[in-house]
Amino acid sequence: MPEFIEQPRYTCALGALQSVVAIKRGVPILHSGPGCGSKIHGFIGQGEGYAGGNTVPCTNAEERDVVFGGEKKLHTLIENSLKVIDGDLYVVMTGCTAAIVGDDIQSVAADFQTEGKPVVWIETGGFKSNNYVSHAQVVNAIIDQYVHKNRTGGGVQKGLVNLFASIPYQDPYWNGNLENLKRILEGLGLRVNVLFGNESGGVEEWKTIPDAQFNIVADAWVGVRIAKHLQIKYGTPYLHFPYIPIGGIETSKFLRAVAEFGGLDKEKTEAYIKAQEEKYYSHIEKLADFMLEFRYGIPNRVYTIADSTYALGFSRFLLNELGIIPGKQFIVDNVSEKNQKKILESFAGISEYKKRDVEVIFDPDAGAAAPQIEAEAKKYPDKRFLILGSGWDKHLANKIKADLLIISPPVTYRLVMNCGYAGYEGGLRAIEDIYDRVLATYR
Amino acid sequence: MSTINLNEASVEIRERRLGSVTGFCGSAKELVDCSCGGLKDMKRGFSQCLGCNSGQAFCQLSMIRDAAVVNHAPVGCAGDFFGFNFTYRVEQTHRGLPEAYGRYFCTCIEEHDTIFGAVQKLENTVRRAYERVHPKAIFVTTSCASGIIGEDIESVLDALSEELGVPVVSAPCEGFRSRVWTTGFDAAYHAILRKIVKPPRKKTNKVNIVNFWGSHIFDELLGALGYEAQYIVPLSTIEELEHISEAAATIHVCPSLSTYIAAGLEQLYGVPELKVPPAYGLRGTDRWVRGLGKLLDREKEVEEYIKSEHSRVEPVIEEYRKKFDGLTAFVTAGAAHGQAIVALLSELGLKVKTAAIYHHDPIYDNGDPKSDLLAQDVELYGDVPTYHVCNKQSFELVNQLRRAKPDLMVARHGGMTIWGAKLGIPTMLVGDEQFGFGYQGIINYARRIEDTLDAIEFVTNLSKHSSNPYTDWWLKQEPGHFMEGGRKNA
Repeated sequence: MPEFIEQPRYTCALGALQSVVAIKRGVPILHSGPGCGSKIHGFIGQGEGYAGGNTVPCTNAEERDVVFGGEKKLHTLIENSLKVIDGDLYVVMTGCTAAIVGDDIQSVAADFQTEGKPVVWIETGGFKSNNYVSHAQVVNAIIDQYVHKNRTGGGVQKGLVNLFASIPYQDPYWNGNLENLKRILEGLGLRVNVLFGNESGGVEEWKTIPDAQFNIVADAWVGVRIAKHLQIKYGTPYLHFPYIPIGGIETSKFLRAVAEFGGLDKEKTEAYIKAQEEKYYSHIEKLADFMLEFRYGIPNRVYTIADSTYALGFSRFLLNELGIIPGKQFIVDNVSEKNQKKILESFAGISEYKKRDVEVIFDPDAGAAAPQIEAEAKKYPDKRFLILGSGWDKHLANKIKADLLIISPPVTYRLVMNCGYAGYEGGLRAIEDIYDRVLATYR
Repeated sequence: MSTINLNEASVEIRERRLGSVTGFCGSAKELVDCSCGGLKDMKRGFSQCLGCNSGQAFCQLSMIRDAAVVNHAPVGCAGDFFGFNFTYRVEQTHRGLPEAYGRYFCTCIEEHDTIFGAVQKLENTVRRAYERVHPKAIFVTTSCASGIIGEDIESVLDALSEELGVPVVSAPCEGFRSRVWTTGFDAAYHAILRKIVKPPRKKTNKVNIVNFWGSHIFDELLGALGYEAQYIVPLSTIEELEHISEAAATIHVCPSLSTYIAAGLEQLYGVPELKVPPAYGLRGTDRWVRGLGKLLDREKEVEEYIKSEHSRVEPVIEEYRKKFDGLTAFVTAGAAHGQAIVALLSELGLKVKTAAIYHHDPIYDNGDPKSDLLAQDVELYGDVPTYHVCNKQSFELVNQLRRAKPDLMVARHGGMTIWGAKLGIPTMLVGDEQFGFGYQGIINYARRIEDTLDAIEFVTNLSKHSSNPYTDWWLKQEPGHFMEGGRKNA
C-alpha cells in the first residue's frame, strides 16, 4: 500500500458495498460511521440504483458505539432492514469503527442466518484493504454463506459459465461491459452468469454458480481470487484472460481462448468470430479513411492513468487497431509484486510485429503522474496526446492540450448508462468516443 | 451562549454546545415551544446512511485557494475529494479565476497503522504535500480510524508548522463524534479561528458573508451602502482569511452553516454578527435589511432600498401568488435553510403542509433568541402542521411524501429529489444557497417553481417506470414508527 495518495482512483474495503447494490434486489447493510456510505456512493456510485445511496441501511456509529460496542444496535438494524427494505439478499458490512472496536458481527448475522433469512456478513473495515480486494471477498462470502446452502444442486451443467470481469461501479462501464461480454459468449452457445447488473438474473442466477462447467475471469487479478475459491470449493476450472478485451483482435482472441478451454465446437466458434469480425472491420475501414486523410491532427500517443485491467486492454487495442502508441502507463490499482510481473510480461508482448518497451509505473498515488506526463509531453512538441484517465486528469489534459477519455473513477465529467468498451461493439464505441472528443475540439 | 474556546484542538459538538437534535415529530410551533429547554433527541431503530463531520469540514477547507488538505484516514474517507474539486473548478470559472485543482492528500491508514500507529505516516504526508504544493497552509482533517487509534497529532503538527514555516492545522472531525454532521463546519471554522485568523490591524469596510460557493448577490446592496462584500470561506485565500477579523460585520446566508465562525469573530475580535434570520420572503427580507441597516449604521438608506424593491417585486409576486394559490408544497432541507424555504413558499401562496428538516438547532452560538429563525417564521408566516426533523432518512421522507401528496416538492440537498419524482410529484432542487435570498430571491424561486410545475411530462413518465425498494408494511406505518425517546406526536 502507498504511503499516501493524492487524487485517489479507488476507495476503501467498504467500497464493495457497491457490488451488493449491483446485484438485483441486493441490499447492503452498513455497520459503520455515518459518512462512509455517502462518500463511497458520491465517488463511484451512479445514481441510487435499487437500494443504494441514501437508501442503504446503516448503524451510523456514534461515540457510545465506539466505547461500548454496537452489536445490539446492529441486531436491531438488521431486523428492521428486513421489514423495511424489500430485498432478496442482505449483506452486512463493517466500517472502520466496528472493525477497530471488534464487534462480533458474525454472531449477530448468525441469528438471522439460522432463521433462514438471506443475510450474509463480511468484515470490510475500510483500512483493511481496498474495494478491488474486497469485491472478491464479498463475492466469496455470498457464495459461502448464501449460495452454498441455496444452490440448485443439479450438478455441473454443460455450457453454463460464470463470468468475473468488471467490478461494479469501480469499473464505470461495468454494466455495459458485462452486457457486451455476455452477448458474445452467448454467440458461442454458452449460457452466462454475469451476476451483476441488468443482464443478470439476480439471486436465482447466483444459486447456479456451483453448477458452472467452468469460470471465466476477464480482468488482471481480482476475479482470480473468486475463481480460485470456486475451484477449491466446487472443483470448477477457470480460464484467466488478464485484461478487458476491446475491439476485433482481442475479442476474437478472448473468444478462441474460451472456446478452446470449454471444448466448444471449433467450426461454430470460427463461424461466429468471422461474422462478428466482418461487421466490425467494415466500420474500421471507414475509420481508415479518416485516420489517413484527416489533416488537422489526431492523437498518436497515449498516456494512461488507470487500473491494470483497463491499462492493458486499452493499450493493446489502441496500438494494434488505431496506431496510437503507448507512452507511460501509470497503474493505480495497488497491484501486488507477483501480479506486477505478469502485467509487465503482457505489456512486453503487446505487439506481434516488433519489440516495444512500454514504461509501466505501479503507484496508486496518481497525483505523482501529472508532472511526469507533463514533462514527457514536452519531449514530443509535434504530437497530439490521448489521456486515458479519470476526472482528475482534466486539468492535465487542458494543460498539455490532450484529448481525455475517462475510463476510471471519478467519472463526473461524463454520464454513463449502458456504455461498455468490451467486445467488438465496445471497440467501436471506444473509437467513436475517442474521436468524438478529438473532433469536438475543432471550431 | 457558547464560549469559543480556542485552547482546545477539537470544537465542542453541536449536541452539547447548542442542544441540537436529529429527530422530532410534531408541528413547527411545538418544536419552537419545547426548544426552550425541553428538547430531547430521539433514536431510531432503523436508520440509513447519513453524512459525517469530516465531509463538512472538508467542504469548507477544500476550496481555500492556496491551502492543501491532508486527510488522515483510510482511502475511503477521501471519497469526497473529487466532488469538492469539481465544485471548486466550476466556481473558479464563475469567478474568472485561473484554472487550478484541489490539492488533497490521504494518508491511507491501513490495518498495520491501527496497531502500530500512523503518526509517522501523517508527518511524511504533510512534508510531501508541502513539497508538491508549497501551500500557504495545510489543514489536517481526521477520521474515525485516526480518532480511535487516539494519537496526539497536535504536537506533531505544531512541530511541522515550525519546520515548514506555514501553519499546519488540525481540524478534528471524526465521523462518529457527532450525530449532527454540521459539527464538521464548526470544526473547519474552529481550525481557521485558532490558527489562521490574526488580530485586526485596522477596521475595514468589508462585510464577511459566510457561505458555501453561492452567487455574489450581496455586492450591489452592500456597495450601495458603502461596504464591500467578502465571501468566505471557499474560494478565499489564506491571506484574506487572516484578516476577516478586520471586517465591519459578519452576515449569514444560513446560520446553521456559520453560527460558530460568526460568534467566534464577535467574541474574539468584536466583529459584530447580524443576529437576524436570513432574508427569505418579503417580510423576512424587510426584517433582515432593517437589521443590516441598523448594524451598519445605514438605517435611513435601507428604508429607501426597501421601498424601491417593494415596488419592483410586489406586482411580480402578486402575479405568481395568483398562479400558485391553493397549491401545497413539501419541503426538505437542512436546518435553518429549510425554515427559510418554508417562509418563502408561504409568501408565494403555496401552503407548506409538511417539512422534513435534517436537524434542528434550538439556539445558535450567539445565544441570542433574536436569531431563532423557526420561532420568527412561525410568528411571521404561521405554523407548519407536520414539521419533522428527519435526519436525511429517506425511508421516513418517502412515507411522508406518500401521505402528503403535495403538488410540489422542494429540496435543498441532493439525494432526496428522486423520491418526489418517482411518485410523479414535480420536484426541484435548489443548489445555490443564495438563489432564494432577498427580494430577487422570491422571484427566482417563483420562476423555478413555475418551470418545475410546467414540466410534468418527465415526472409522470418516470413514476410509471420506477421501482420502489420499500415494503408495503413500511409504507403503512407512521413515519415516526422507529423513533424512540424524545418527543413524538405522530
